[in-house]
Amino acid sequence: MNQAIRNTWVVAIAMFALLFGSLTVVQFFEADDLNANDWNSRTLYKNFDKNRGAILVGGDPIVESVPSDDEFEYQRVYNEPELYAPITGFYSLVYSATQMEAAMNEELSGNSNDFFYDRILQLFSGSQVEGASVELTLDPELQQMAFDMIPDGMKGSIVVMEPDTGNILAMASKPSFDPNLLAGHNTEEVTSNMAELEEVAGLSPFTNPATQSLLAPGSVFKLVDTAAALESGEYDADSELDNPAELPLPGTNISLPNYVNGGCAARTTVDFSFALEQSCNTPFAQIAMDLGEDAIAEQARKFGFGEAYKIPIPVTASQFPTGMSDDLLAQAAIGQYDVRVTPLQVAMVSAAIANDGVLMKPNLVRTVRAPDLRVLDSPEPEELQRSLSAENAELIQQWMVNAVDRGIANGAAIPGVEVAGKTGTAELMAGSEGNNSWFTGFAPADDPEAVVSIVIEDVDLATGSQLTSPNAQKLLEAVLNK
Amino acid sequence: MSNITTVPKPRRNVELLLLILALAVGVGANFLVGLDQDQALDSDFFVQGSTLIFLVFAVHIVLRIRAKYADPIILPVVTAMNGLGLAMIHRIDIATGDQAANRQLLWTGMAIAVLIAVIWLLRDHRVLRRFTYISLIVSAVLLMLPLLPGIGMELNGARIWINLGFATFQPGEIAKITLAIFFAGYLSTNRDLILLAGKKLGPLQLPRWKDMGPMVVAWLVSIGVLIFQRDLGSSILFFGLFMAMIYIATSRVSWILIGLVMIAFGGFVAFKLFPHVTARIDGWLNAFDPEVYNRIGGSHQIVQGLFGLASGGLTGTGLGQGRPDLVTFANSDMIIAAMGEELGLIGLSAIVMLYVLLVSRGIRAALGTRDSFGKLLATGLSFTLALQCFVVIGGVTRLIPLTGLTTPFMAAGGSSLLANWLIIALLLLISDAARRPAMTGPISSGRPRQRGLARIKALGSKPAKNQDPHRTVEVKKP
Repeated sequence: MNQAIRNTWVVAIAMFALLFGSLTVVQFFEADDLNANDWNSRTLYKNFDKNRGAILVGGDPIVESVPSDDEFEYQRVYNEPELYAPITGFYSLVYSATQMEAAMNEELSGNSNDFFYDRILQLFSGSQVEGASVELTLDPELQQMAFDMIPDGMKGSIVVMEPDTGNILAMASKPSFDPNLLAGHNTEEVTSNMAELEEVAGLSPFTNPATQSLLAPGSVFKLVDTAAALESGEYDADSELDNPAELPLPGTNISLPNYVNGGCAARTTVDFSFALEQSCNTPFAQIAMDLGEDAIAEQARKFGFGEAYKIPIPVTASQFPTGMSDDLLAQAAIGQYDVRVTPLQVAMVSAAIANDGVLMKPNLVRTVRAPDLRVLDSPEPEELQRSLSAENAELIQQWMVNAVDRGIANGAAIPGVEVAGKTGTAELMAGSEGNNSWFTGFAPADDPEAVVSIVIEDVDLATGSQLTSPNAQKLLEAVLNK
Repeated sequence: MSNITTVPKPRRNVELLLLILALAVGVGANFLVGLDQDQALDSDFFVQGSTLIFLVFAVHIVLRIRAKYADPIILPVVTAMNGLGLAMIHRIDIATGDQAANRQLLWTGMAIAVLIAVIWLLRDHRVLRRFTYISLIVSAVLLMLPLLPGIGMELNGARIWINLGFATFQPGEIAKITLAIFFAGYLSTNRDLILLAGKKLGPLQLPRWKDMGPMVVAWLVSIGVLIFQRDLGSSILFFGLFMAMIYIATSRVSWILIGLVMIAFGGFVAFKLFPHVTARIDGWLNAFDPEVYNRIGGSHQIVQGLFGLASGGLTGTGLGQGRPDLVTFANSDMIIAAMGEELGLIGLSAIVMLYVLLVSRGIRAALGTRDSFGKLLATGLSFTLALQCFVVIGGVTRLIPLTGLTTPFMAAGGSSLLANWLIIALLLLISDAARRPAMTGPISSGRPRQRGLARIKALGSKPAKNQDPHRTVEVKKP
């Protein structure tokens, strides 16, 4: 009988061994997966009980966590809500986190590996690990200026960036929203607030227009054509380009015209400088058809098209279509048809030209600091790729200066400073009267401190040109006066 | 039957030392719970702490007087578990605003009072052998009670409760013990017959048909509980208890095989026919299927429990720092998930080790005691504890389907607490018998002085050659 009792004990021990095994699987091996599960509100609750790190601009917190007296210990507060909303995003119980709140979540919540030792310490001290604070590269004055330049009720974005570092100095969009409406802990209220926000025309609270809206670039795309032409070796500064008033598109019975009232009509053959100054359409359409789709697409790729970035907020990949017939390629060459860019991508094209052909990775984070102010991370400028040779970049720089000095971009001129610029006007599809009005440029041309990219969507020509080049001039002047 | 001899020492002082340690764990945990919610040293803490201390010291003193050779480890282990359970229930009370911890304390007091009464009045577990068939009848009545209209009631889909007016009670918890007493009495009386008769089939010696009777009874009880009370956990428990006991009585693997075939058949039919069993299995296999997860009575509870365990990770969030209240039935069915969340894998492993220790001490008492009734009863009860842990913790960790069993000594619930403390009373008595000096009188008298019922039993058994009437000859397998 005793042997049977011992055997029974062995069975009992075997059952306990299985339990140790399954506990280890759940609490150790599968723990990360379970914690990341969408149904796991526990992770969310845990995060909302945490003193999440602040997001700072110019030393002042634009987002911070303050003690709360409801069911959670902290409430997220957005101090200049509309000004920064597209960049900070929101941190919501109902709608999760977006933009910077999502991209820097590990650091803000204190979960990143930088906090490993703090967490070990916490085991013994019982104190909570506080999140790191994130200082952005933005300049508060430039940001405010840019934000104010976009009239209320209009849709547009402005990006100001340092071409040699990729640091973003300003990134403003309208319409904007108040993230505080979505950060509340009352889920019913938050849900109804979101429903109201989604009613606002042109607003998507989940996306940042400057990095995630895809727009037709119009003539600013001619900078890509010019770079492609020079890089191909078949064109140079002295190349004579045909400039007919209208270019018949092969395989169709329509033709592609130059702008009727523009200065282009003055000459039938032009050089690059004149073509860019007056933004003539037909020379660039012809160049694109001569070089072929692949050459333009390859140059676009070198400027950063076709790739999504994390800066660390998400940047949507800009698109240059493939498999086009020549007539469509001709339209794509002047930034129409299915070419789609983000406002940031346009700034990147200018930045690569301004930085002597080297494209730097755009970046929004200056430093990440632990609560004890120890620097955990400060991203170094990162080179993405060479977009074009330094010589070709210098040629385009000079032509862009000419466009401001004596061309159609002269609204951006600053007395005593060489400003480089290129405008664009993209016609919208589906019978809309308005256009997307663009400006991109930089100053000073010989050693650029900042590039600017401005887009105002769906406006008439006159209003659009008033809101782009002159505003670029003010922004560049503000950077130079710092 | 052989027995393991130990040097007879009471070791009550060891128990006292371990008790202080166990109380430090239990009461300390309760203190930490309050500390983290800024409710340290409130009246709840003092009432709960001092009551627990008073109760277990009362048991300790009773053991010193009435059963001084009882195993010194069992009481401290159970005290630690009961204390941890109280602390966790108190902790969940703070989150939910309930008063479950005080109810649990009340039940702990009642359970310990019953334990003291049993130890004081029963003194020797062998008395229970007289109640073999009465136990069977009592078991049957207890199992029927919840099915009676008026008194029986259905909660959360299982009809296993009765309404006592002031509280609800699960008679099945007590039936577990009375069934164990019946099986132990029946099998210890009839084991020789069962053992010697029967045909051989290869290496297996098959039982005779008429000896299959009790197994059929056990099978019917299990299936009945499953069908009429819709309680899968208790059903598994009853059958496992019986299988373990008949194996110990006969040492025959053939019984186990027959039993497994029967339960596999019964289980398969139940899975096919009864929607509540099908739903349990489905919630286990497809826990992360959105449809199963969102279904009423689906896998929501088990998945939330897994989230709790996972968020605890290796070291746990610390007492009072997690969100165990997010799981349904956090303080009863899912208290293991709550423990795992706040104490981590390390803390939960320590708790499981306590169960291993308790079960092992129970088995040790079985090995040490001299009568086959005591051996069967102690092993049966210890194995029940092990099986219950396996079914509960295995269910919570999705090793097996989740059933509605409670975690012994920790889960909120009076009937379970009462029944498990009763089991401890019996194990303490059996261990006292096992460790008590075999001969208390002078050897020269030829027949040692015996106490109470032990004398009656000794008269019935055949004295062996070695002059120790407690010893019987081990029946060797042919």
